[in-house]
Amino acid sequence: MAFLEKNVAPELHLLADGDGGQRLTLTGDWTINTIAEAEKAIGKLKVRGARLTCIDLSGVEHLDTSGAWLIHRTRGQLEFEGQKVGFQGISPVRETLFHEIERHHPPAWKPESGGSSVLDFLEQTGRVVVDAWYDALAMLHILGSLGLVVSTVLLHPRRLRGISVAVQFDRSCIGAVPIVALMSFLIGAIISQQGGFYLKQFGADIFVVDLAGILVLREIGVILTAIMVAGRSGSAFTAELGAMRMQEEVDALSVIGLSVTEVLVLPRILALMIALPILTFISDMAALFGSGLVTWAYLDIPPAAFLTQLQAAITTETLVVGIVKAPFMALIIGLIACVEGLKVEGSSESLGRHTTMSVVKAIFLVIVVDGFFAMFFAAIGV
Amino acid sequence: MPLTEPQDKPGNAAGHAEETEHVLSVRGVTVGFGSKVILDNLDLDVRRGEVLGFVGGSGTGKSVLMRAILGLVSKRAGKISVFGQDLATATPKERKGVERRWGVLFQQGALFSALTVKQNIQLPMREYLNLSPRLMDELATLKLELVGLPQDAAGKLPSELSGGMIKRASLARALALDPDLVFLDEPTSGLDPIGAAAFDSLIANLSSTLGLTVYMVTHDLDSLHSICDRIAVLGKKRVLAIGTLDDMMKNDDPWIKSYFRGERALRRA
Repeated sequence: MAFLEKNVAPELHLLADGDGGQRLTLTGDWTINTIAEAEKAIGKLKVRGARLTCIDLSGVEHLDTSGAWLIHRTRGQLEFEGQKVGFQGISPVRETLFHEIERHHPPAWKPESGGSSVLDFLEQTGRVVVDAWYDALAMLHILGSLGLVVSTVLLHPRRLRGISVAVQFDRSCIGAVPIVALMSFLIGAIISQQGGFYLKQFGADIFVVDLAGILVLREIGVILTAIMVAGRSGSAFTAELGAMRMQEEVDALSVIGLSVTEVLVLPRILALMIALPILTFISDMAALFGSGLVTWAYLDIPPAAFLTQLQAAITTETLVVGIVKAPFMALIIGLIACVEGLKVEGSSESLGRHTTMSVVKAIFLVIVVDGFFAMFFAAIGV
Repeated sequence: MPLTEPQDKPGNAAGHAEETEHVLSVRGVTVGFGSKVILDNLDLDVRRGEVLGFVGGSGTGKSVLMRAILGLVSKRAGKISVFGQDLATATPKERKGVERRWGVLFQQGALFSALTVKQNIQLPMREYLNLSPRLMDELATLKLELVGLPQDAAGKLPSELSGGMIKRASLARALALDPDLVFLDEPTSGLDPIGAAAFDSLIANLSSTLGLTVYMVTHDLDSLHSICDRIAVLGKKRVLAIGTLDDMMKNDDPWIKSYFRGERALRRA
């Protein structure tokens, strides 16, 4: 019984046969466990010049498919070199095994080619460009179907899934408040501390209030929140939709006759578009609070003076310029998250890749769009 | 130790001393979840080289027993030995030794979705052995064809395969290391009758040429009839009966009676 017994190393010998030929004698185990050694031994085998008569298998202790394949392959090579070799000392069971093996012909092996790196690079670049184009198309597609769904919802308000929107709002807004507030508080404090440090050298430390107020309300608040939300809710949307695609749930929805955009995409994007302005406002307040504390502690500007200076520095417009950008950012984050989620194919690796892509693209586009807004506001003189 | 030709396949080597050797032996195993006991004091022996069919009503714990043997579900009491090795007391090294000598076909295939079929088959080889890339590719293709898949399936991802192909690819992975014992969880469910018959003959073929021991959970009466040496019936939290098909036909337990001599079973005769 061969159970926990040690492997016998596979060996092969060329022995002189009766009539001037040589026989190849195999001994030991020819199994998956010893196959690596066996292959090396066969690689060293030199039969050039000799005339082989047969391969003698009677000394082989154990044989499995891997060993049989290796022996079969070796025999094939020998025959290709002009030797005529048959098996000897082969039991009927082993014969069936060889018959089974002989019916299979793996294709000629070729190592996976690396290819030219320059060509690879160009090919990759081309693919990325084409993918970007298809991405844009897919986003327009979702945007279009979203527009269609929104118009139906406007005509038939009952089609709006209120509960679904509320659940998504709870997850993406209320759940995000603590982390957004904390991050904004810290960023506001850091801006004031750094700005105050330099402005103090000119005796202009009171203007740190202007700096923090305008910077936070116009740019930092909304950008920071959008990036946080892209990482937090955007990735969650992609993963949810992606997992639903993998389980064929999305297909089940469309077969039941429900629109994926209406059931899955609209509630998420709508909830996000409501959530982001609110989160931005919270972020603004938290950052100004942090800024106020730091100016008080570092620059000895008391809260009353901070508020007076802040009132002079900013107007309602400053706040609105920041917050008005938030719904657009939310739309971009939601669209990208849903497009990436719906692109997920069967594998877990694809889910991971698309979730990463969703966050990366969302953050990139949020910053690009912020740039466009800056140009726009400059042009209209706000 | 590796698997070999069945010089001593039970049945055709009656009276042979090694006939009594059990590849798998389960003694007094109890498994439960919370307050619910699924298996109670269960005994089971699987002989070397046999194809054991395992049947039982839905929810009787066939899969739980298989998972308990594989160590995926913890047991409350009892002893499970595989290849004479008690899995509870085995050192990690001994356990690894056992694990590389069994292959498992899960009900849903459980192929790694991020890897191609070829990479799936090669994964156990890469983990345990140091083979040349050429040999590994050839062996993967060989296993692929052995289970009846075309060669061009090698480069496909599991999500691109049909249900039957997933079953086959998963079997190829289970056979990657030429195991001594394979566990098959409903291998023919979801296959068309022709595919199922081919699967049966493949398993019978492998068992006879390689001396494979097969532990097969199945509901396919045709598989039970055509390839199983013995059949075990799970019910009432234990093995109700174990024996050949003829033994089952003679058994008077109501469930076994209706299973093997029920309307569906007789219609096929």
